Amino acid sequence: MTAISAHTTGPAPPDSRPRDDPAAVSALSIDGVSHSYGARRALIDVNFAVASASFTALLGLNGAGKSTLFSLITRLFGIQAGRIGIFGHDIGAAPSEALRLLGVVFQSRTLDLDLSVIQNLLYHAALHGIAKREARRRSDEVLTRIGLADRAGSKVRDLSGGQMRRLEIARALLHRPRLLLLDEATVGLDVKARADILGHVRQLVIEQGIGVLWATHLFDEIIPGDDLVVLHQGRVLAHGPATNIIADAGARDINSAFMRLTGAAVDPGSSAS
Amino acid sequence: MSSTSVNRAPSGFSLTQYATCLNGIVWREALRFVHQRERFVSALVRPLVWLFIFAAGFRQVLGISIIPPYETYILYEVYIAPGLMAMIQLFNGMQSSLSMVYDREMGNMRTLLVSPLPRWYLLFGKLVAGTAVSLLQVYAFLVIAWFWDIAPPPIGYFTVLPALILSGLMLGALGMLISSGIKQLENFAGVMNFVIFPMFFASSALYPLWRVQEGSPLLYYVCQFNPFTHAVELIRFALYGQTNWISLAVVFCCTTAFMIGAIYAYDPSRGLVRRAPAGGEA
Repeated sequence: MTAISAHTTGPAPPDSRPRDDPAAVSALSIDGVSHSYGARRALIDVNFAVASASFTALLGLNGAGKSTLFSLITRLFGIQAGRIGIFGHDIGAAPSEALRLLGVVFQSRTLDLDLSVIQNLLYHAALHGIAKREARRRSDEVLTRIGLADRAGSKVRDLSGGQMRRLEIARALLHRPRLLLLDEATVGLDVKARADILGHVRQLVIEQGIGVLWATHLFDEIIPGDDLVVLHQGRVLAHGPATNIIADAGARDINSAFMRLTGAAVDPGSSAS
Repeated sequence: MSSTSVNRAPSGFSLTQYATCLNGIVWREALRFVHQRERFVSALVRPLVWLFIFAAGFRQVLGISIIPPYETYILYEVYIAPGLMAMIQLFNGMQSSLSMVYDREMGNMRTLLVSPLPRWYLLFGKLVAGTAVSLLQVYAFLVIAWFWDIAPPPIGYFTVLPALILSGLMLGALGMLISSGIKQLENFAGVMNFVIFPMFFASSALYPLWRVQEGSPLLYYVCQFNPFTHAVELIRFALYGQTNWISLAVVFCCTTAFMIGAIYAYDPSRGLVRRAPAGGEA
């Protein structure tokens, strides 16, 4: 797998299009979402949208509220204020319709280490009501695609970190979602594994038209053509094509644009953390 | 990709899909059980120790008079067998909830909870899976107990099954309810001590309630209000082809109440919502 620098979309914000136009329905729409843990406010009036067949990076420091947002989108947490829609389905009012269109790769590993690769995939398929024969067929397909066909019977704990991440992505795609969320999917991986996984996900956007929301704190995972959401201390500071955000900030690259937006002293390396 | 297919997205799941999901959850629980052989062995050793050592030692001390459902004098081992069957289910229910806490800490639980099927159904599936595992353990115990001259009427092996399913669901739902309130795995050991031992000892598992009443009227009332007592009595009567209607009603009502409580607690707008993400996540 190689990272793909070409980017297919840079659409106008979907919400700017007429609501009665079916194509105006965003893959993901976050409208006025706020969330608190007791007195601590984790998200404050967050608004943005992810279009179909687009790669949107959600950039923020550790503790910016990315994982809280992911927990709200996946309905692990209840929504306290605002609305989240997945292809128009309200996650609070119609969770089944919304969740079946959604694939998720969480920050922490969610594979069952004691089960084999194929058993993990079949379990996930069952949770989506996919019959065993079809599940097996799809599993073989995705394992071939990610180069793990020969490891189908291996225990997951015997895989490398990069292989586990690829398996998690494959699992998230098993029920053929149209929106894929990845929360810090490359954390803890070496440079090559990171590039492979990022390239694989970008390829999915192009080949399968999946909308992707990629949460990260690593600047070098974002390319100028990406849609970018900058989240800082629970607030969206900027949203739009990365090139526009860089230009608006009067910066020369994403790294310095992020520093100007947040006023944060960021390490001159490639990470926001 | 066009966004228009939002209108074509099916709004519900077929019965086959529900069955596939349930089957998957039970299958995964069974696989985990098979992989954890020591769990199966310890689940059997625990009641067998009580049966072979404790009951043998107390046989001469604790005489059992003729009480329903027994029609004659019985050995103490025969008396405590239903209590030990319920104990297997009690431990299994708590162990299942322990695995839910573990799954939640390790992230596996998220796989289950982001399924598009209704959350109450997913939790019910977990409960059914845990109960199915407990049935395997109980019948394995009954086979071994048969060689120890604990031989209920042959029909009892069949009539006890519905009672075991209901009591397994009740104790599993209780464990699930407890697990919803536990934030960390380390906290679970304390809960085990505060739940398992009081429930087991303040029940009719080891001694008939009339004997408890002679010793301590207060403890007698505690035992009467303990749902585990009714699980034991339900199993005891069913093992002899009879029904203890009061115990059946209590166990049924408790199962329903615990299940509703667990579903409420795992509701995203209530149970899990108050917790901030663990570790460095936010």
